[in-house]
Amino acid sequence: MKPQTAAILESCASAGWVVEPLARRILTEYGLPVTQWAWARDLENALEAAAEVGYPLVVKVVSPRVIHKSDVGGVIVGVEDEQGVREAYRRMARLPGFEGVLLDEVADGLELIVGAKHDPQFGPVVLTGIGGTAVEIYQDVAIRMAPMSPDDAESALDSLRARKLLEGFRGAPPVQRESLVDLLVRFSEMAHDLGPAVDSIDLNPVFCGPERCVIADARIMLPRNQG
Amino acid sequence: MDLSRLFQPQSIAVYGVSLTNPFHPANVIYHKNHLRYRTATYAINPKGGDLYGEPVYRSIREVPGAVDVAVIGIRAERVPDALRECLAEGVKGAIVISGGFAEVGRQDLQNEVAHISRANDVPVIGPNCLGVFSPPVLDTFFLPPERLIEIRPGGISLVSQSGGILVDLMIKLTQEGAGIARGVSIGNRAALDEVDLARFFLDDPATTVIGLYLEGFRPGRGREFADLLERAAKPVVFMKAGRSPGGSRAVASHTASVAGDYRVLHDILGHAGALEARDEAEFVAFCEALSSTRSPRGFRNLCIVTASGGHGAMASDECQEAGLVLPTIPAGDGDRLRDELSPSIRDIASVGNPVDLTGSATDRDILASLRFLLGRQYVDGIILLLLPYLPAITPDVGARAAQIARETGKTIVAYVPHIDKYGIFIEGFQANGIPVSHTVQGAVHMAKAIARRAHP
Repeated sequence: MKPQTAAILESCASAGWVVEPLARRILTEYGLPVTQWAWARDLENALEAAAEVGYPLVVKVVSPRVIHKSDVGGVIVGVEDEQGVREAYRRMARLPGFEGVLLDEVADGLELIVGAKHDPQFGPVVLTGIGGTAVEIYQDVAIRMAPMSPDDAESALDSLRARKLLEGFRGAPPVQRESLVDLLVRFSEMAHDLGPAVDSIDLNPVFCGPERCVIADARIMLPRNQG
Repeated sequence: MDLSRLFQPQSIAVYGVSLTNPFHPANVIYHKNHLRYRTATYAINPKGGDLYGEPVYRSIREVPGAVDVAVIGIRAERVPDALRECLAEGVKGAIVISGGFAEVGRQDLQNEVAHISRANDVPVIGPNCLGVFSPPVLDTFFLPPERLIEIRPGGISLVSQSGGILVDLMIKLTQEGAGIARGVSIGNRAALDEVDLARFFLDDPATTVIGLYLEGFRPGRGREFADLLERAAKPVVFMKAGRSPGGSRAVASHTASVAGDYRVLHDILGHAGALEARDEAEFVAFCEALSSTRSPRGFRNLCIVTASGGHGAMASDECQEAGLVLPTIPAGDGDRLRDELSPSIRDIASVGNPVDLTGSATDRDILASLRFLLGRQYVDGIILLLLPYLPAITPDVGARAAQIARETGKTIVAYVPHIDKYGIFIEGFQANGIPVSHTVQGAVHMAKAIARRAHP
C-alpha cells in the first residue's frame, strides 16, 4: 500500500469511512484522474481557492458525519461567483461535523459509476456501470475481479446494456474509450493493492466525455471492525 | 493431493455395516458395491461376525490385502479415529457419509477431519454427504438401487453441495438421454470442495463436461475457481442456489448495494467462461448439448426447420430471447430450397426462417432441407423440430440427419416430443451425436449452450 494512503486509512479508521478530499488524495496517489478541486476550511480560504479552481463550480460539504452529502443539502452545483461561495459556505457550516468545503470543478459527460468491494468469495472486485443517483434502479453494471487487464475492462464495458451510450448515441460524441479503460485498469490495481483494508469504494460519478474521463466524487468505506 | 483413487479404487472398506439393521446406510452401500460392482468390498464393524456368509471385519487391520478407499458411515465422534486407523493402513482416500458435524454445531469434529486429510495429504470427501458415484467401480450413495433408475453412462461429471439435487440431476440427465461419468456429493466439504473436484475433473479423461450445483464458495475459493476456469479446456456448467439477496442490510455504498454475493458470482464466473443455468431444465439441456456435440467453429446464425408452424413460432420467440440470430433466407435460396421439396408440399411449405415443411413433410423433405441449409455459408446450425406422429416421418430420420451434420461439419439440435412413445426416433438422433430435448424451449436452451461455448 502506498504511504500517504496507509496514513489516511489509519486516520479515518474510527470514522469508518474516508471523506471526499482524503479519498481524492488516495486516488491521486494511485495516479487516477480527479476533477480540479480544493479543500478550504474557512471562508477566506474558500474564496481564494474558488478563484483558483475557476467558476462555475460545485461546493460540497466536508464532514465525517455526512456520508450522503446531497441528502442534507451538502452539495450546491453551478456556483457562479464569490457571493455564491459565501452563501454556500454559510449553509454548509451549519451541517454536523463541518470540516470545511470542497470546491470542485464542474465536469460533464456520461455519468458512470466505478466501484470496488472486497468480496468474501472472490476477494477484491471492481464494478463498472451507468452511474448517478439511480444506480440501484438500473443496476446496469458489470463486475470483474481486480486487478483487471485492459481486455477485462473492455469486456465489462461491452457487457453493459447501455453500452451504446459509450459509443455515441443520437449525435453525442463517443467517450474517450482509452482513458476510460486506463482509469478502470489503474483503479482495479488500486483496489487489488488495498485488498481487505477497504470495504467498498464508490467513484460516482465518473464523467466520461470525448476528451477525458475524470472522477468527480469518491467515497471509501472501511471495514467495520478496523481500528 | 491425488484424487484419482477416490474414483478408481480396486478395493473398499465400508465402516458401520450393521449386523442387525439391513437398511442401515452402510449396509445399503456395502451390498450395492459388493453385489453389483467389481470392486472388492469389505464390511467393517467392531463386533465382527458375518453378514449372509461374508465376513465382517473388526477393523481395517484384519482385512486381507490392501484397501484403497474407506467409506465411513459411523457416529461422528468416532470418525476421526477411524480415519487415522485407515491412514495407518495405507488407505488412499476416504468418504465420510455420516452427519453430525458442522451442520449440528460440531465444527471441532469437522476441523479434525479436515486436519487429518491435509496433514496426511489424503483426499477426504464429506462429511454429511452421499459421496461418490463412479461406475462401474464405486457407488457410495446409500439409496437402494431399486429406488433409482439405471444411470446412463457418459461424459458428464457432477459436483453438488446437495446430495438430493445431485441425484435428481443424474436422473433427469439420464431421462433426457445424457450420460454421467461421475457424481460427487461434497456435503460439508471439510477438506475437498467444488474447486478441488472441478480441478480433478478438468484433467480426468472420463469427463467431457463438468456440471456444478453451487450454494456458495468458502472464503477466497471463488477467486481460485475463476482462475481455474480461465484455463479450462472443458465446458463448465453451473447452477446457483441462493440468488436473492439475504435480508435488507443497510449499505452505505452503491457498490456494496448492487454487488451482492450472487451478482458478483454471476458476473465473474460468466466472464471466466462458465455457463450459468438458471434452472434445472437449462442445466440438463446445457450439459446434454455440450456433452454430445463438439464445439463448432461458429454457432451464431441458426435456422429452424419444423413440420408445424406453431412450434416454429415458439422456437423463434425463444431464440430471440436467448439472443440467437435467425438470418433471413435470401429469396433465390428460398426458391432453390422449394425445388428440392416433394411436389405435394412444394406449394404449401414456407421457406422463410423458420422453414415450415407442414404436416405432410416426409423424411426426404426434412433431409433435403437440412442438407440445403447447412450447405449455406450464412447458416451455422439447425434447430430441428420433429413431430413423430406425422404419417410420412420415419424413425430413420435421426441417423440420416446426423450423417448430414457430419458431412457438413455443422451442428443440429432437435426437439422430439413424448419421450416414452418415440424412443426409437429419439435414439436415432442421440446415438448419432445429435442432442434431443423433449421441449421446444429445451432445444433452444441446447442451442444457447453451444452458441455461448462457440462465442465466449
